[in-house]
Amino acid sequence: MNDLIVKTIVRWVIPFIQLFGVYVVFYGHVSFGGGFSGGALIGASLILYAITFGLKASKKMVPHKRSQWMESLGILWYIALGLVGIYTSAYFLGNKAAGFYMGEAGQLLSAGIIPLLTIGIGVKVASTMITLFQKLVEENEDV
Amino acid sequence: MKKLFVVTVLTLLFLILVYSVLEMPDFASLNSPAYNDLAHYYVANATEEAHATNVIAAIITDYRAFDTLGETTVLFASILAVTSVLMGKKHE
Repeated sequence: MNDLIVKTIVRWVIPFIQLFGVYVVFYGHVSFGGGFSGGALIGASLILYAITFGLKASKKMVPHKRSQWMESLGILWYIALGLVGIYTSAYFLGNKAAGFYMGEAGQLLSAGIIPLLTIGIGVKVASTMITLFQKLVEENEDV
Repeated sequence: MKKLFVVTVLTLLFLILVYSVLEMPDFASLNSPAYNDLAHYYVANATEEAHATNVIAAIITDYRAFDTLGETTVLFASILAVTSVLMGKKHE
């Protein structure tokens, strides 16, 4: 798309969408949201960028290599956090029993494993969305 | 004769199905078997046990974290499938 108005507006709107997405991910255990919804917001902002500025610019911002790493690290981070529970003689993906910092309910730094897992899920969902979009568009454009 | 037999059996099955659907509990009814002690337990104890004020977050990433691991694996598998299908064409 080559429209100045759309490009300018999108350039202004994307940071706010991403900030809101990061907020939803980080405050998943305190207020609404969580990893899936926050990751979907971040992924949607990346897709908006790809639609407006084209596949080339999108690939420059999120190359396949980077999204690949994000993809794999998201799930490995999740499994590693689960294995911490086994190491500290609790059960797989244990929370309080595994000795994570629980804090006070309602604070940002609380709830032990929940925000850590939420960050992993958010990274994973965002990278999955943008990778799927890039792959499908790539096929259409015959790069 | 064969046709009559098939129609009779199918009609009987249809009646059984309709009867069982009518016997099902109403939507969001208090007497439905799915609405058991577990829902009350989550609402009462999630904040205390998981220290999260968002009960849904406590359920999906604490009580049922293993289920969420499966969901994340589904995402991984989906992207693997799309990538392998679309890449396969290019290498031929």
